Amino acid sequence: MQDIVFRSEVDGNDYQRAGEASRHTKSALKRLGLPPEIIRRVGVCMYEGEINMVIHADGGTATLTVGIDKIVIELKDHGPGIPDIDLAMQEGWSTANTEAQTLGFGAGMGLPNMKRSSDEFKIDTVVGEGTTVTMTIYIK
Amino acid sequence: MTVSELAEKMELEVFCLGDPEHGIDSAYCGDLLSWVMGRAEMDNVWFTIMSNQNVAAVAVMTDLSCIVLTEGVKPDEQLLERAKTEGLNLLGTSLSTYRAAAAFAKLEDSPE
Repeated sequence: MQDIVFRSEVDGNDYQRAGEASRHTKSALKRLGLPPEIIRRVGVCMYEGEINMVIHADGGTATLTVGIDKIVIELKDHGPGIPDIDLAMQEGWSTANTEAQTLGFGAGMGLPNMKRSSDEFKIDTVVGEGTTVTMTIYIK
Repeated sequence: MTVSELAEKMELEVFCLGDPEHGIDSAYCGDLLSWVMGRAEMDNVWFTIMSNQNVAAVAVMTDLSCIVLTEGVKPDEQLLERAKTEGLNLLGTSLSTYRAAAAFAKLEDSPE
């Protein structure tokens, strides 16, 4: 089977519509007949990533590649980058603004949730240039 | 227990019942969306006071059985619209989150 690739642009200015890409991806994965728990994990990873891109990076690109035994999610932005990854990975640490917090975001759980929901998790970040988060979920 | 049974037993206000026969497995209480995403489990009832449309997105991504807005909170227009579009179960109660969860726990423990 050839890999199936879904690519979505994430609008960086719209908190209210954040999650569009995740929802479309989730519907597509359901149509492919993947197990519900796998789809759920992909959904959490993508949605958290999307929210992060809206809050911190003025949007970005989400690419999801479905292979025969794994799903790879790549979230790429051209935001400010993460100066201290260890700190950013701590549950409860957040630099989200008040607008995000009013909507229920900014709990400092985004990156930890993404790590917990994926089998492999990698952050490449350069301050001033952007961040790419790559997550792999194996289809068992 | 299904969502429609829960609605009836707890006398919940129905805003949208897109999947009334959805089965329920336990519950989660929380208002910080990422916290809920990380901790709630599939088919949970979600008790919350948050009423914006991102609530619908979290419910969809986490495969929750239903959202119950507590403290008499009403869904904003976008949340209601999104819940209808996504076929979600969106309910409400005047009880506090604590009281609603306690009532649910009692139902969970009672024999069918």
